[in-house]
Amino acid sequence: MGSTEVTLCGVRLDNPVIPASGTFGFGYEFAELYDINCLGSISFKGTTIEPRFGNPTPRIAECEAGMLNSVGLQNPGAEKVLTEELPRLKKVFKKPLMANVSGFSVKDYTAAVEILDREDAIGWFEINISCPNVHGGGLAFGTSCENAAAVTAAVKKVTKKPVLIKLSPNVTDITEIAKACEAAGADGLSLINTLLGMRIDLKTKKPVLANKAGGFSGPAIKPVAVRMVYQVYEAVKIPIVGMGGISTAEDVIEMMLAGASAVEVGAANLAEPFACKNIIEDLPRVMQKYGIDNLKDITGGAHNG
Amino acid sequence: MKQEIFKITSNENIAPSVYKMVLAGDTSDITAPGQFVNIKLEGFYLRRPISICDYDGGSLTLIYKTVGGGTENLSLKKSGEMLDLLISLGNGFDTRGSGDNPLIIGGGVGIPPLYALCKKLISEGKKPAVILGFNTKSEIFFENEFKNLGCEVFVTTADGSHGIKGFVTAAMDKTDYTYIYSCGPLPMFKAVNANAKTSGQFSFEERMGCGFGACMGCSLMTRNGAKRVCKDGPVFEREEIEWEALK
Repeated sequence: MGSTEVTLCGVRLDNPVIPASGTFGFGYEFAELYDINCLGSISFKGTTIEPRFGNPTPRIAECEAGMLNSVGLQNPGAEKVLTEELPRLKKVFKKPLMANVSGFSVKDYTAAVEILDREDAIGWFEINISCPNVHGGGLAFGTSCENAAAVTAAVKKVTKKPVLIKLSPNVTDITEIAKACEAAGADGLSLINTLLGMRIDLKTKKPVLANKAGGFSGPAIKPVAVRMVYQVYEAVKIPIVGMGGISTAEDVIEMMLAGASAVEVGAANLAEPFACKNIIEDLPRVMQKYGIDNLKDITGGAHNG
Repeated sequence: MKQEIFKITSNENIAPSVYKMVLAGDTSDITAPGQFVNIKLEGFYLRRPISICDYDGGSLTLIYKTVGGGTENLSLKKSGEMLDLLISLGNGFDTRGSGDNPLIIGGGVGIPPLYALCKKLISEGKKPAVILGFNTKSEIFFENEFKNLGCEVFVTTADGSHGIKGFVTAAMDKTDYTYIYSCGPLPMFKAVNANAKTSGQFSFEERMGCGFGACMGCSLMTRNGAKRVCKDGPVFEREEIEWEALK
């Protein structure tokens, strides 16, 4: 049987499958269903310095082959995440965690990272500069090279843990942002966050989401994500966590061939709570089918020759 | 919560756009009336949350209204077909503080989860009274089912075509009650709250992503902070609801 082990910024993972932030809470709902220690890691619910309720409801809308969300970073704030959520999560998950952090100013990001940095179980920071659902921040950092670099450099100053920057697909050229983050000291990149979308209810003749637009995720966006991971892989030397519509073990391999060292599974967790477990269990079979002995060797394989 | 495969034993139209589906399978995960299941449907990305109307050891009754593609797809299912369910979701109704004469108030397709609640209250030796609100006579369902439990049942119709003319509040002063249990549309909740003389519990509805607490899609701000309708609810105490903020 082949090996599913991979390494991300020097930290070893049993397999490359990580539930994406915002689709897995703080893990314990899923721990009711299965032993979540089978996961490579968990990118936990996006955390901000202050507690947030998020946007008004409805904030979920279904689409063909996917969904829209406009949750808007609901979370109890960094201090409560550190003292209440993470101790609960650590009871059911024993591997390094990925801490997803959002903010509305550079200081927001560094303040939240400084609080969470006290937790030894955190293996990486994933800095979200690409949330499409909050005004006056989030995405504003992810669509400007200068702002993306400023956040990256500031966060790097306050933690010794590896820092990944989570990029938005809602830009003209994602490779420019990726290069700016790399130059500012990012240890890795994760992409893609959701695409901006909208659905309109034919009965009310109004947008379904109270926030009107929301982030589009699910299988429909996978080709966009694969293309962007492929492009960014050619533009930077730092490792990439690939995500966008991954639902099967085949999707994991496709994303890794495009250039990902690890992957995140998002919307699939909501439609099928066993999605990550099923993907992990199916990986050896699909690896064998495609003649893959060591999963870590296939990263960027689509670029060879 | 578990993932279980259920077999459909019947699926019938009981009122305009309203269907009653009976399924066979393992219901042992249900801990209280008012919980719900989340149903996977081929061709639809997200599951469909449907409240549990009734249950026993090996069967489950769901009553749902066709409001879109997913529930229309559900209405076409035939007996013998299998369904993938997440069961059992949400907190459900707490019957401990109801007193001897709880008042059950349901509006339209908010009525189904109140049926299992009513049975549970009766099994505990209580004497619930029931108000069922509809727009018009042709939409009425489950009037006889509640009567057959031995309850006093008041039916209201907005157009007066059956029972008491008006909304559910038109029947609230017809009985002395010790507690309120309600499920229905938000305008009805507000009217019930404005007329309520006791504490109570209200079962909410919201568009959900996962149905089990992971995505924060269905949050409700309460006096005790942000709550997830799917996981911390759908049933909330009258005193914790931010009535002024409900829209």
